[in-house]
Amino acid sequence: MRQEVFMAGMGGQGVLLAGQILAQAALEAGLELSWFPLYSPEVRGGWVTCTLVIADGEVGSPVVGRPQKMILMDGIAVDNYLDRIHSGGLAIINTSLASGEVNRDDIELVTIPATDIAAQLGSEQATNMVLLGAYVQASGVVELQAVEQALHRVLPERHHDYIPTNVAALQRGAQLAEEQLQ
Amino acid sequence: MPERQLITGNEAAAEGAIAGGCRYFFGYPITPQNRIPEYMSEHLPLIDGVYIQAESEVAAINMVYGAAATGAWAMTTSSSPGISLMQEGLSYMIGAELPCVLVDMVRGGPGLGNIAPAQSDYWLATRGAGHGDGRCLTFAPFSVQEIYDLVGQAFPIAQKYRNPVMILADAVLASMREPCALRDRLDPPEQKPSWAVGGDQKGRQRNIVNSLWTDPPVMEEVNLRIQQRYRDAAQNETRWTEHGADDPEILVCAYGISARICQTAIEHAAEAGIACRLIRPISLFPFPTEVIADWAQRVKKVLVVELSLGQFIEDVRLAVEGACPVERFGRTGGMLVTPEEVAERIIEIA
Amino acid sequence: MAETRLTEPIYKRPESLTEVQMHYCPGCTHGIAHRLVAEVLDELDLKDRTVAIATVGCSVYAYEYFNTDAVQASHGRGPAVATGIKRCQPDTIVFTYQGDGDLASIGLAEVMHAAARAENFTVVFINNAVFGMTRGQMAPTTLMGQKTTTTPLGRSVEQGGYPLNICELLAQIPGVAYLARETLTSPKRIRQAKRVLKKAFQVQAAGLGFSLVELVSSCPTWWYMEPLEALQWIEDVMLEQYPLKVFVDKLEDGR
Repeated sequence: MRQEVFMAGMGGQGVLLAGQILAQAALEAGLELSWFPLYSPEVRGGWVTCTLVIADGEVGSPVVGRPQKMILMDGIAVDNYLDRIHSGGLAIINTSLASGEVNRDDIELVTIPATDIAAQLGSEQATNMVLLGAYVQASGVVELQAVEQALHRVLPERHHDYIPTNVAALQRGAQLAEEQLQ
Repeated sequence: MPERQLITGNEAAAEGAIAGGCRYFFGYPITPQNRIPEYMSEHLPLIDGVYIQAESEVAAINMVYGAAATGAWAMTTSSSPGISLMQEGLSYMIGAELPCVLVDMVRGGPGLGNIAPAQSDYWLATRGAGHGDGRCLTFAPFSVQEIYDLVGQAFPIAQKYRNPVMILADAVLASMREPCALRDRLDPPEQKPSWAVGGDQKGRQRNIVNSLWTDPPVMEEVNLRIQQRYRDAAQNETRWTEHGADDPEILVCAYGISARICQTAIEHAAEAGIACRLIRPISLFPFPTEVIADWAQRVKKVLVVELSLGQFIEDVRLAVEGACPVERFGRTGGMLVTPEEVAERIIEIA
Repeated sequence: MAETRLTEPIYKRPESLTEVQMHYCPGCTHGIAHRLVAEVLDELDLKDRTVAIATVGCSVYAYEYFNTDAVQASHGRGPAVATGIKRCQPDTIVFTYQGDGDLASIGLAEVMHAAARAENFTVVFINNAVFGMTRGQMAPTTLMGQKTTTTPLGRSVEQGGYPLNICELLAQIPGVAYLARETLTSPKRIRQAKRVLKKAFQVQAAGLGFSLVELVSSCPTWWYMEPLEALQWIEDVMLEQYPLKVFVDKLEDGR
């Protein structure tokens, strides 16, 4: 098993955090992984991406030209990166901040108004968790429960109050993905 | 087996140094390696170590020079422009036969360049160390675990050869997170080397740390002694790994992050029916010349992949010695190559 | 009348100086400055735990003369090297011996930041208003109108800017624990210079922070003067730009 997921959005959307939480979940599941961030030099705002390669053996390249899977958190990310998804791949798109219309018919698509859902759950900041939940459900790379556990390891103690909201967001995202992919 | 933790390459460099016995760090902030001094400033004071933020990279390497003169296991880290500034100090350390460890998290250049990953400090690292006839022993890790391991191992190597050891990585390796098995931290050795200055000098000859030899025959003798240590290092410290086919058509040579990319690229090439073998030098100086020379006799072509415009390829060419054509593939200025692009190139030249 | 016999030598080479003939030019005050530092190390019983830092300039061979462990530093970086040594070995007494080119020109950043960090070592700063080792070029401390091999018409603002007064700059930095300027033009001045040097090392031994003694010195060779004439020029001209003073004394303040 070797699975590549590329995540992109803008600064503040939690792109890197989503990647780190998934990486922690993969580590605790006994898998090999490599997480690699790339972002514009601004301290606030700007574009943010990360690539996570998870494997049950040697990870190989942390750099991926045509990733199998993508989480795209806004319209700019869709415009910039959707073309690069490997044929037969999967895109999770945040339709609160992007149109769900895409010019690819060779990939699977999960479209979720993640920011609106997160807001309903109590915090727009949980957008990344809604999308991550959808990704975990669609990819099956790790158990959703492992991701919930990883929140405790990755989030600093002072943010543990937010864990219930984040767990709800993960579960809602997973549920929506399951419905769409049936 | 120790528990594996998810840490960045920068954190691995810092913790690897501490685990290897380093207790003295002098540095100056520069992206993309700032997490190293931050980590050191947090951890070293807790274990009777010293962290000093120097006023410049020039001062930082000279603080390391002073610390090393006392026999302390000292370190500095930086990125490309900062390493340029340290060249004079490194030359003095080589001349004065002092050990130290430094890490270069290479970024795009020349000039201020950018903070994106590059391998364009290959010459700086392997040919550099400023003026004169000396060089840095140079090692290039390709994973977070290997950064951790090599930085720790670099301290006794530096002591053994009384020469600076450079760990050459890049902005990808600096910022990426991978599982890393952490060992217990070693204490630095209590016994100071016989040449170290300071402490109680009663009952011993005074020690002088110096690189000034105005008499040319004496200077030549010092240089020949240093060269002999490099020959010893070539015997003992030459390291590389090999991946891929046993009967390759194409030999791929790459180090550091490029070698990681090539690991996947040669799998893609194999799927397209082209057998490749990847040789990854871990030590860049000393260079694994013999193994490359040996394989060059048995392949059609050599493809060198580097994120620089023809630096690493020179050492490969010197090893191949015309046995077969050697081509280069890569990008520069902070651009990465993908495994897919490398695989395409392999298929084109095969 | 009782016969007077000298049984003990009353004047000899300090143990902190090696028995080597120095290379300095006739009439140069480096020799006096070396001797004073060595006498202070002897009297404070610091010789066996001192590291001398030789820098680049006429005093580059200082490691041959001070009979202690020594490190030769690159041009201007003595205070950074001293920082590295002292931070690893706080009980070792460390001093740099730097000329005006080394300290006030190429090494200005290192000395200022060592003072700002309150590094606990001593700087002996020899100011003779000229680059000696490289044949008498302008130094940052060269006086206005002074002729050197790179200010053949005399130092002008347009070409060389103004002289730098190092002690006055350092006096504003809180990390400085002892700071004084003296000269070596007469036996009286030399005795006073020894007193301030001794204070500087006492401040270091007490762990109070950064100490620096500037010695306004002569360079008969590149001033194109006879030795005595050079000493007189210090008194008549140089001391106007570089007045003698104890700027900071935290040892005294603490009493």
